[in-house]
Amino acid sequence: MPHRLEKRVLLEHASEPALRTLDGYRRLAGGYATLERSYKEMEQDEVLKELEDSGLRGRGGAGFAMGKKASFLPRGDMPKYLCCNADESEPGAFKDRELMQRNPHQLIEGIAIAALAADAGHAFIFIRGEYDEQADILDQAVAEAYEAGYLGTNILGCHRDLELVVHRGAGAYICGEETALLDALEGKRGNPRLKPPFPAVQGLYGGPTLINNVETLSNVPHIVRRGAEWFRGFGTEQSPGTKVVSISGGVKRPGNYEVELGIPTRELVYELAGGPEDGHEIKAFFPGGSSSPVLTAEEGLDLPYSFEAMAEAGSMLGSGSIIVCDDRVSIPHLALRTARFYHHESCGKCVPCREGTNWTVKMLERMVRGEATPMDLDVVSSVQQNIIGHCLCVLGDSMAMPVGAMVRKFREEFEQVMEDPDLVLDPHAVVRGAPETLGAST
Amino acid sequence: MSPVDGAGISNPNLPVDPAVSEGRIPGRAEEEIPELHEVGCPPELQERIETLMGRYPDRRSASIPALWAVQERYGWCTPEGIRQAAAVMRVTPAYLESVASFYDLLHTQPVGTHRIEVCTNISCWMRGGDRLLDAFEAAADGDDENFYVTGFECLGACDIAPMASIDQRYYGPLEAAETGVAIEQLRAGDEVLPEKALARRGLAGDG
Repeated sequence: MPHRLEKRVLLEHASEPALRTLDGYRRLAGGYATLERSYKEMEQDEVLKELEDSGLRGRGGAGFAMGKKASFLPRGDMPKYLCCNADESEPGAFKDRELMQRNPHQLIEGIAIAALAADAGHAFIFIRGEYDEQADILDQAVAEAYEAGYLGTNILGCHRDLELVVHRGAGAYICGEETALLDALEGKRGNPRLKPPFPAVQGLYGGPTLINNVETLSNVPHIVRRGAEWFRGFGTEQSPGTKVVSISGGVKRPGNYEVELGIPTRELVYELAGGPEDGHEIKAFFPGGSSSPVLTAEEGLDLPYSFEAMAEAGSMLGSGSIIVCDDRVSIPHLALRTARFYHHESCGKCVPCREGTNWTVKMLERMVRGEATPMDLDVVSSVQQNIIGHCLCVLGDSMAMPVGAMVRKFREEFEQVMEDPDLVLDPHAVVRGAPETLGAST
Repeated sequence: MSPVDGAGISNPNLPVDPAVSEGRIPGRAEEEIPELHEVGCPPELQERIETLMGRYPDRRSASIPALWAVQERYGWCTPEGIRQAAAVMRVTPAYLESVASFYDLLHTQPVGTHRIEVCTNISCWMRGGDRLLDAFEAAADGDDENFYVTGFECLGACDIAPMASIDQRYYGPLEAAETGVAIEQLRAGDEVLPEKALARRGLAGDG
């Protein structure tokens, strides 16, 4: 039985392995009935209106209204495309993996219905190359859906066509950025494009393109089936619906939990994920993946877990991934680990990101080695300020925001590490004063 | 004046190094698309790439899948394999090389048969990812022909931290002591750490 705090919509029946098959999806979840009804009985505008009224916000990171995004696509006979962003690569995020692994048909049904709203004839699932197992599951589910006539030409005799291709990436975080995803899908290096034009106007192969995250699209069948009002019955005014939240790091029960948006963050972390390990306290956490500015326990744990509350606190809900850092985690080392990731993943197209991530890593390395000069801390801060808003995409910002927040909120800890060489342990040091890493006791 | 700055092109009295100046003229000496009969592409590979191209409105979209196919066939993206794929796709080998070199999972250098990617990003790092990587490297013991062990950025499995992807399947949470077992199982061709496979895990919320 799921915990009383969980509200499973997308993960309903997900404990049943049979859900993965077409038969199981139909039997357990009434699968594809909504696709059938929408294709047979609904017009494009009706589907679109339901999605707009629901207030569903994108679950990939930016939180943009999904229905509104779909309504931006121009009307007309030109080829239009739908891309499902399954490139989930944000450190801390692993919810799309779970959704695709346990319920691939829910996603396929959502894509087919969203394609109706966008009038798209060709859809792609861009899945990160590392998720090979999930891509295999999707391949099989897509084949079943074609076989059953839910995809392909003249779907259910309704004179509508939809081709769906599962496209595997090959390992690049930047491909989760929507325009880089389009370049990668066109067979190029995954570099972001200048916006505007936005993909809704000029996207894949130059055609209007709707791009949505796996979780966003998985919500679509439920909204169209039970109505926008039903969906708005969950969550808050500005963050309706449920959210699959990935919780990891210093907690006893890391994993994916589906809850109503707006639930107190403390309940998520303590009651669902079990809280910190015995004898330890939470020091800080990332509320929305590694690119969200860290919040201290005092600042953040009592906030409602919603898009608006996290934005108000100066952070973001992002992809809905909480990474918990307990009192053993050295923040300067955490900053370095975070910066290294973005440095490695920067595509190199824009100078502030390419050079900014590089220099941030170098300066943080100096700090944890005890070789920094006193001014380095201010230089690190100013570098972060000069990255934000100055690049084609937000990859640079994604480092600058959390690293900037760590320096601001834990300045003393940085100064301590810089001054006291004894605090600088081996390069694997995560934990000061404790020989064991987290999780060693479980 | 050095020919490197291009000045020689506009001044016929200066000696010009054609290798330098012609390389700067767009459209000249461009790389050619190899012909199929020149590259000796195995028929299965050709057929596979052609099928992949057929799935997209634009054939070039198949570049990543085609490189996956090359890697699967040769173990890595060999220059010959890239030329073969380029000939089938009607693009230049340089174009495919530029794509291959962008992505972490496509190898433009030889790698071991079994690929072990150990996550060293935040959540795994907190739970001992670096030590797990060390343990895998020690267990593989320099056998580069059979094992390619590397640290990797977030693999999207922080719930099973510390974890590793072994031949494109996820395992975790792993302990250093299990790395030797995994290496032996890979050598013997046995199933790897079955009880640690992600596929066998239940939902976290089910207790």
